[in-house]
Amino acid sequence: MRYTRTTIFLIFFALLSVSAHAFEREDQTNYPGNPLGKPLNILSTADIAIFEPFILAFQKNHPEISIEYTVASSTEVMRAVFDERVPFDLVISSAMDLQTKLSNDGFAQSYVSTQTEALPDWGKWRNQVFAFTQEPAVMVLSVDAFKDLLVPGTREELITLLRDNPDFFKGKIGTYDVRSSGLGYLFATQDSRNAESFWRLTEVMGRLDTQLYCCSGQMVSDVSSGKLTFAYNVLGSYANSQHADTLGIQVVPLNDFISVMLRTALIPANATNPGNSGLMIDFLSQLSNYPDLTLQTGLHPIDKNAIESQTTVRPIRLGPGLLVFLDAMRRDNFLRSWVSSISQ
Amino acid sequence: MIPPLKGSIRRQLVLQLGAITALLSLAFFLSVQVVAEKAATDTQDNILAASATSIADALYIENGAIKLELPYSALSMLGTISEDRVFYRVLQDDTTLTGYVDLPAPNPPTISRVPSFDTIIYKGEEVRTVAVTRNFSTGKTAKIINIIVGQTRLGLAVTSSAITATATGIGIGFFIVAIALSLWAAQNTLRPINRLALSVTRRGPTDLRPVTTETPAELSPLVTELNSFILRLKSTLTRSEDFIAEAAHHIRTPLATLRTQAEVFYQQMEKPENRKTLRNMIRAVDESSRSAGQLLDYAMVTFKTDQLTTQNIELGHLLEDVCKRLSPAAELKDMQILYSQSRAEVMFKGDSILLQNALRNILENAIKYSPDESDIKVSLETDENNYRLVFIDQGRGFAETDTAKLTKRFSRGPNVSDVIGSGLGLTIVSDVAKAHHGHLTITSNTEGPGACVTLVLPSS
Repeated sequence: MRYTRTTIFLIFFALLSVSAHAFEREDQTNYPGNPLGKPLNILSTADIAIFEPFILAFQKNHPEISIEYTVASSTEVMRAVFDERVPFDLVISSAMDLQTKLSNDGFAQSYVSTQTEALPDWGKWRNQVFAFTQEPAVMVLSVDAFKDLLVPGTREELITLLRDNPDFFKGKIGTYDVRSSGLGYLFATQDSRNAESFWRLTEVMGRLDTQLYCCSGQMVSDVSSGKLTFAYNVLGSYANSQHADTLGIQVVPLNDFISVMLRTALIPANATNPGNSGLMIDFLSQLSNYPDLTLQTGLHPIDKNAIESQTTVRPIRLGPGLLVFLDAMRRDNFLRSWVSSISQ
Repeated sequence: MIPPLKGSIRRQLVLQLGAITALLSLAFFLSVQVVAEKAATDTQDNILAASATSIADALYIENGAIKLELPYSALSMLGTISEDRVFYRVLQDDTTLTGYVDLPAPNPPTISRVPSFDTIIYKGEEVRTVAVTRNFSTGKTAKIINIIVGQTRLGLAVTSSAITATATGIGIGFFIVAIALSLWAAQNTLRPINRLALSVTRRGPTDLRPVTTETPAELSPLVTELNSFILRLKSTLTRSEDFIAEAAHHIRTPLATLRTQAEVFYQQMEKPENRKTLRNMIRAVDESSRSAGQLLDYAMVTFKTDQLTTQNIELGHLLEDVCKRLSPAAELKDMQILYSQSRAEVMFKGDSILLQNALRNILENAIKYSPDESDIKVSLETDENNYRLVFIDQGRGFAETDTAKLTKRFSRGPNVSDVIGSGLGLTIVSDVAKAHHGHLTITSNTEGPGACVTLVLPSS
């Protein structure tokens, strides 16, 4: 009996190692705990540098748990979990739409604890998708470039500013390439839903030869170096205001509305150690108890009051609405319109 | 239909009302359940239909091909009622345009514009689906577009379990309130009956006044009948008492005449055998007269024990008085009544006529059943709780020591068949004792032949 079980286990692992290499990993780090204990395998879209303080703080409370942290893009995360069914214990992603689809299509398992019960209604979905940070989409500008210009407060003002100074901004604007960036696509689709001005802004930006980026980090550093005058729809957490002055950048929220991305975690249905995943979700749900982690990472924990007291701050709502822009026809349509607007 | 009532009316009432209430509560619970579940299902169906319709409205033709701009609201509206999983599929004839390719399409496809609903199992869960159809003509050919939108029913389950909880709560609350009210109603309805029962039980055994308690209409035939029964009983009792008294009186009067006549003859008779015969005759007349007297006494005692006229009596005095009165009768047999007077006064609250009667009967018995030239000792003793009036004779004693049997009406001891007696004497004594919450004890004389009869009366 034991022999048979071991055999099955070996075959299983063999199959696993074959399929595990199919999706593309960007990075992987192991944080050892007790080698005999059950590990926690995390698949995440967040860079190790950003997320490491959370892992170390978690291990301070649970030193016995070894953590294997794998970084992949949101598309690769989807491929790993949805197509290849690699058994990770926890999936952390900024792509709320893809996380929603994983839960909707039955790839996640439910988890309830006193900590998750304390989350606001908009901070979780189906007790399967749990938000733990709120990260606004902001405009990041170079202080140097804007020293003679009025800093725009809304998208309309931004459009006017661009139309008035086409030569100044030409080739020096950055934004996400929504075709390759899941987060960029999420922000763009939400913008299109929230404001009519989105398409006009995209067209204006397209005429000014806007540079397209895969990631917020690169955009922020290009603004900092002066290569760009500003970057639109950057993840606020990457343009950490703590270091804004030293980088020569300024974080500008456009106050007609501010889309807020919620970074979410879910436990895949085929998780090997869902118990450890639950512990991590409990820890992440209580990030507001660790203000030093917020200072360290720039990731702000879920804050009910900050969101519900401001009408211009719009957290992207978890739920079936997010599936709409994942619809193949809708996505094709959107990308076609976007490409024709941005590349003129 | 309903079995004859045994046991408590109240319990029956409460049980029946309780059963009716339980039935009504259950009916209420079930109807709330059904209506609420229907409402919840309808809500989901309506939103599903609205979602499918909005998808249908977003269809358009581009370059001869049918395209869909899936509206945000089509799926987000489904997220507003619950956190259920949502599936959709758009088919052109048999090919999927977009959505979940494995979501089952109605077979055959619906052609009507009216949305058709179904409940299926999809991805391991119960899913409510709606299907709507649209016709498109692109150039020469007409194309049928089928739109299917589905949603799992967990939210519905949560809603319906919440409704069930509420309905259960209301049902139980309704039941409790109704039970309390029916208890109260039963209590109220039965109050006149209880009042009547109480007023009848509270009266003494000989209280034969009519019942005057106010009663509801349903009970008045019973009360009327009861009162008429009481009246008949009363008149029967009175008649029989009157009859006894009348009979005794009618016997005693001629006996007295007979005795006087016999006395006269006795004086005139010279021959000893004739005198002896006459003497026996006179004695027999005396006994008969006494029996008649006892019958009268008994009727009187029975009548009076029901309505005692109590007063303070000095028992020693009473006892001495009775002894004196019977001294002549004792002397006829050359007997002596030895009364040892007590030192202290013994006051007792009682009916003096009855007590006198009782004491006389005890003493007469003692004289009657004792041999000539014997003594009767009479004394009054007191202890903590009782006054004891003790009569000790030197007669034949009681062969039967079962007092209860001796004090029965017309019951006599087995060793007295040679002496004439009515069998009423001890009955009278016992009844009088009982009327004064006392009792009679009969024992054998410890200092020789004879009996010891004690009338025990409570001192407080």
